[in-house]
Amino acid sequence: MSGRFVRLAEQGRATVSLTVDGVPIEALKGDTLMVALLTQGNALRQSEFDSGRRAGFCLMGACQDCWVWTRSGERLRACSNEVREGLDIVTTQPEAKWPLHG
Amino acid sequence: MATARIVIVGAGPAGIRCAETLVKAGFKPILIDENRRDGGQIYRRQPEGFTRDYSTLYGSEAAKARDLHDSFDRLRERIDYRPDTLVWNLIPKQLCCVSQGKHSTVDYDALILCTGATDRLMPIEGWQLAGTYSLGGAQIALKSQAVSIGHRVVFMGSGPLLYLVASQYLKAGANVAAVLDTSPLSKRIVALPKMLARPGVLLTGMKLLAQLYQAKIPVHLGIKPEQVLGDAASGVNGVRVRTAKGETLTVDCDAVALGYHLRPETQLADLAGCRMRFDEASGQWWLAVDEEGRTSVSGVYAAGDGAKIRGADAAEHAGRLVAMALLEDQQKPLDAGLRDEQRKALAVMDQFRLGLAQAFPWPAEQARALPDTAIVCRCEMISAGELRRTVSEKGACEVNRAKAFSRVGMGRCQGRYCSQAGAEVIAAAAGVSVQQVGRQRGQAPVKPLSMLTEEVSP
Ligand SMILES: Cc1cc2nc3c(=O)[nH]c(=O)nc-3n(C[C@H](O)[C@H](O)[C@H](O)COP(=O)(O)OP(=O)(O)OC[C@H]3O[C@@H](n4cnc5c(N)ncnc54)[C@H](O)[C@@H]3O)c2cc1C
Ligand code: FES
Repeated sequence: MSGRFVRLAEQGRATVSLTVDGVPIEALKGDTLMVALLTQGNALRQSEFDSGRRAGFCLMGACQDCWVWTRSGERLRACSNEVREGLDIVTTQPEAKWPLHG
Repeated sequence: MATARIVIVGAGPAGIRCAETLVKAGFKPILIDENRRDGGQIYRRQPEGFTRDYSTLYGSEAAKARDLHDSFDRLRERIDYRPDTLVWNLIPKQLCCVSQGKHSTVDYDALILCTGATDRLMPIEGWQLAGTYSLGGAQIALKSQAVSIGHRVVFMGSGPLLYLVASQYLKAGANVAAVLDTSPLSKRIVALPKMLARPGVLLTGMKLLAQLYQAKIPVHLGIKPEQVLGDAASGVNGVRVRTAKGETLTVDCDAVALGYHLRPETQLADLAGCRMRFDEASGQWWLAVDEEGRTSVSGVYAAGDGAKIRGADAAEHAGRLVAMALLEDQQKPLDAGLRDEQRKALAVMDQFRLGLAQAFPWPAEQARALPDTAIVCRCEMISAGELRRTVSEKGACEVNRAKAFSRVGMGRCQGRYCSQAGAEVIAAAAGVSVQQVGRQRGQAPVKPLSMLTEEVSP
């Protein structure tokens, strides 16, 4: 499958380069992360409660089904954040790093 | 009192008309919205750099959209507008906000909640599969990103938005596989007299339907949804329903837009301690407000779909009216003629919304018929069977108790998409009315916060 979402218009925008799980991808300026990912793939992430893949649900910031992370660990809703040049996204939660004692 | 700190939450049609009326009366309200741009749901603006014109984006509502956006642009410098800011909690006279990971507080003397609505969902077996979206979500994909949610899309559920979004997809060049409506034709005929309160809107609706028929899109009324088909790895590959004639119908598709009209966003009002009431017509809990938008808590007001689901035109009127209620309570002069106009317009819209509720009823009986294996909570994969067992084994006949036992309503969406259907499942299993099982209480944060949120001093 080429991608889940299909672009219907507004395709003349400038391109933006970002990295998803270490792989470089190109998106269009103004795309949400969700659109950038789902025009090229069929899901955003793995469900943590079953074997299912998840691709978001509400697109309006209400369901939280679309969480992705920046490499530094900041959680983003893919449906409500736009792509930025050079953004480095991971689709599994980076491990929390706790400061070590001593 | 000219310095009363007035805060409006929500920059949709209700919030914008409310702000406009208050500015005219000499106030400078704070207007907070989680979205980056104004307009709310229906008049959502596309990102900068997109070029589709008003008529492409908003169809028959283009003139209203332009008028609202222009009004907002004129207001911009005369209000304290705070976009990209979520109000996540509320304590008396203070809002807790977060913007771009930074936490702040906003004090208020008067608060006007114009928080709108989200899709109302009834689960169906398989709706957790990737490729099932809320109907409103499908519309946002198109409106704000110019994409279709799939290569072949089925629209399923009920309500006016079902036909609207399907025809918007059609017009934009998407592949619409079918429109499957749970409400039978007979309900629409019964509802006609009430819907004639707004003949123009009714006609627009009929035109949408005509467009779908003309394009030979299969439209089925009175269906019973059975299953979203597909597999865990690749997601949706079809839907199966039972037609009004009792036949099995399978439609191939890779996306489903699912929705049963709307439910109000009332969490903030709930946290403020505002009284709620059960609305018989729509079968859900609404905020208790007087005709002008006063809640049961002094100084807290509400307007638009977050208070009463009556649609975008009503939200504009209610926004003006609630501002005038506040002016009256603050002993400020107001335009009585303008107030009467808003009241009259709203009376017509009340009539119409009763018609809509009759024409496109919430299919409560579907919750009863859900197989035990069907997932009710998509966030944490909790099935109808598990929820029923909290009733049969633990005796939980009230939603907040059942939530504690089963976790339905505790996941990421905080019950927005499962708690109403969950209440129906519990009611059916316990043999009581859905009103008796109560409603899920709002809890802070009203949406999950990122752990990286840092404090900033106000
Ligand atoms: C996805 C969707 C699509 C719709 N499309 C149509 C349509 O095409 N045609 C139609 O007639 N009706 C449509 N409706 C119904 C329509 O939304 C309403 O009738 C109308 O927009 C209501 O206006 P409002 O001002 O009450 O709320 P809205 O327009 O919904 O605005 C509410 C605003 O409040 C903000 N908000 C809510 N909670 C918070 C918070 N805690 N912190 C900060 N901000 C907050 C939201 O971000 C939003 O911008 C749609 C509804 C939905 C949910
Ligand atoms: S898809 Fe629902 S919050 Fe992003």
